[in-house]
Amino acid sequence: MHAAVIVFPGSNCDRDMKVAFENAGAKVTMVWHKDTDLPKGVDVVGIPGGFSFGDYLRCGAIAANSPICQSVKAHAERGGYALGICNGFQVLTETGLLPGVLLRNSGLKYVCKALDLKVETSNSAFTSGYNAGTTITIPIAHHDGNYFADADVLQKLNDEERVAFRYVENPNGSQQDIAGILSENRRVLGMMPHPERMAEPTHGNTEGATLFTSLVGQLADA
Amino acid sequence: MKARVHVMLKNGVLDPQGEAVRHALGQLGFDGVEGVRQGKVIELDLAETDAAKAEETVTAMCEKLLANTVIESYSVEIA
Repeated sequence: MHAAVIVFPGSNCDRDMKVAFENAGAKVTMVWHKDTDLPKGVDVVGIPGGFSFGDYLRCGAIAANSPICQSVKAHAERGGYALGICNGFQVLTETGLLPGVLLRNSGLKYVCKALDLKVETSNSAFTSGYNAGTTITIPIAHHDGNYFADADVLQKLNDEERVAFRYVENPNGSQQDIAGILSENRRVLGMMPHPERMAEPTHGNTEGATLFTSLVGQLADA
Repeated sequence: MKARVHVMLKNGVLDPQGEAVRHALGQLGFDGVEGVRQGKVIELDLAETDAAKAEETVTAMCEKLLANTVIESYSVEIA
C-alpha cells in the first residue's frame, strides 16, 4: 500500500501523517505542491493539516489550485482514495471533491483540544475499523472548522450516510455537528479532527490509529 | 486597466466576524447597528485594454479562485 502525503508551504502536520501511515504499514512518499504528478502506483493521497499558503484568500483555496492538486483531483475522479485532515479537509472542499465549505468558527476563537466524536458509519475504508455509534476521542486544532452546506447537500449527506464523524459537543458551530464527511463513492474523507495526533500510546490513546490501520489494511487486501 | 472585485458572504450564511464587529460597535456606544456583514475587496491591475474582455476574464477568475460560490457572491467593476 503506497500513500503520498502532499506538502504545501505552511503544512505542519505532514510528517505526523507520514508516521501514522507508516505505523499502519504503508509505504509513504512526500510530494511537493509544485510537482505535477503523483508517484506511480499511489493508492491513497493524504492532504495534511496546517496553514497552506498562510490561509490567504480562503483556507485551502490557493492549495486547491496548486499544480499537484490537479493530479489529486484526477486520482480521486478515477476512484483513488484521498484523506484530508483539518487544512486538508478545507483543501478538499475547495477542489470540489467534497461538498460544502469550512467557515470561521462561530466563537471566532482558535480551538485546540481533545474532543469526543461519534463514528456515524463504518461503511468506508477509513471507518471500517470502528463500530458505528462508538465514541472516540480525537483532538481538534482549528480556526475555520465550521462546516456549512446548503439544506439539499446536508439532506444528501444524511440520506447517503456520508457523515463519517459528528462532534458530541459542537466546538465550532458546524451544521448538524458535522466533523467529517465522505465523497459519493466513499473513497474521499475530509475531517477537521486530527486522528494522526491520537495514534500512539504516548499521545494518550490510539483511537486515531484505527483509521489508518483500517484504510491501509483494506487497500493492502484489494 | 483596473478591476475591483467585491466578495461578500451570501445572505443566509452566518458571518461571525461581522457579528463580532457589530457587538464591538455597540460597546463603543454606536447604537442602532442592526447588522454588519464583512467582505473583501480585491483590486487587480490588468494588461487588458478592452473592458468587456477584462470583465469576462475577471469573472472567470472569481469563479475559479477569488470567490467560493458555495458561500460567497461577487461583483466586478472595471475602471
